[in-house]
Amino acid sequence: MPLIRPFGLPEFWIILMAAQWTIALSAIAFAGGGLGGLLTALARVSDSRWLRGLSTGFIRLFQGTPLLMQLFLVFFGMNILGLAINPWVAAAVALTLHASAFLGEIWRGCIEAVPSGQREAATALGLRYVNRMRYVVLPQASRIAVAPTVGFLVQLIKGTSLAAIIGFTELTRQGQIINNATFSPFAVFGSVAVIYFMLCWPLSVLARRMEFRFSRSAVR
Amino acid sequence: MYQFNFAPVFAGFDQLAMGAWLTIQLSVAAMVIGLIVSILCAAGKTSGITPLRFVIDVYIEVIRNTPFLVQIFFIFFGLPSLGLRLTPNSAALLALVINFGAYGTEIIRAGIESIQKGQVEAGTALGLSKLQIFRYIVVKPALRTVYPALTSQFIYLMLTSSVVSAISADDLAAAGNNLQSQTFASFEVYIVITLMYLVMSTGFSAIFAVIEKAAFKYPLSR
Repeated sequence: MPLIRPFGLPEFWIILMAAQWTIALSAIAFAGGGLGGLLTALARVSDSRWLRGLSTGFIRLFQGTPLLMQLFLVFFGMNILGLAINPWVAAAVALTLHASAFLGEIWRGCIEAVPSGQREAATALGLRYVNRMRYVVLPQASRIAVAPTVGFLVQLIKGTSLAAIIGFTELTRQGQIINNATFSPFAVFGSVAVIYFMLCWPLSVLARRMEFRFSRSAVR
Repeated sequence: MYQFNFAPVFAGFDQLAMGAWLTIQLSVAAMVIGLIVSILCAAGKTSGITPLRFVIDVYIEVIRNTPFLVQIFFIFFGLPSLGLRLTPNSAALLALVINFGAYGTEIIRAGIESIQKGQVEAGTALGLSKLQIFRYIVVKPALRTVYPALTSQFIYLMLTSSVVSAISADDLAAAGNNLQSQTFASFEVYIVITLMYLVMSTGFSAIFAVIEKAAFKYPLSR
């Protein structure tokens, strides 16, 4: 068997198959980040000064530092906590925290965009916090939130590529591995880029369409 | 129980400071060159020449829908096969410029579109010269419109630039990787570096806020 193998369909297939790990990681981070983001956003607009301060600090920390450093800290931090180092878990945890902070900030804006009269009316009707949020504020906020949330999902999918640096074999890492075997960086990273593009571009177009439709309906 | 050991990290702080300085230089250079690219592309997009617009659209969509890490691998490992060999630092700068250009174009275009035709006509009616109209009615309000988006894009660029450590450029994150492999104090090294990034991003935000107050102070309405 030759030392350098050519880049052909089997190699492309291996790279394409690695995309499932990119999708899985994005899905986990998006689901976890959705839950964390909701809690962060609610804390951010709550009446408690402590909760507000805590969530603001959390958001500032994660928006003011590189995602790569967040991955490293979780990765090496697990070792300190006495857990076995596992790139898969580290990447999922770091990306979940990252997504929680960003979605928290995006959704805070959406909640605050709901006119305050809505909340006051709900209070006047005797709705307590949970019902007020659940039936009055969040349904209206979620309508505004869809477009920027899909936009963030694109950012998150691209962000999963950094998991390659801590050694988790997803799309980008598989590309590196195949490149080391084939030495055809143009074809390899070109293919990797095309696969990411196929994942992200439809979402970008969708986000733009929804934003456009929303801004038109808002004018009306 | 884990014993934290920050001593070797502070012993190697010189390396980290050098790395931070290169990160700032890279980010500022990428922003300045990237802005020129953005202005040219925004002009091209509003020009009405269809093939040119199409090419610029493809550029923007490709860059915005692929990870920066893949872009930099493509440039650093891919371009040599075309005969263009780059040092890690220049490949990093090129990748950051190309990346920033795509995001900057949309920001600049929004600024251009925010100037209404009536404003320019009002300037003409008031007898302002072409240069005065361009300076006071087009550039300054457009800059004010795009300023917040542009500055947050710069911060984002600076944080993204940590990824260039993957091709061993000499930036802050790479300085951290080196120090980490010398000292084995991984967690301590990355905590310090993360805080350095945090200081840089909040520092730049503060500077930008001061500049905004000083430069765009004139009232919108009286």
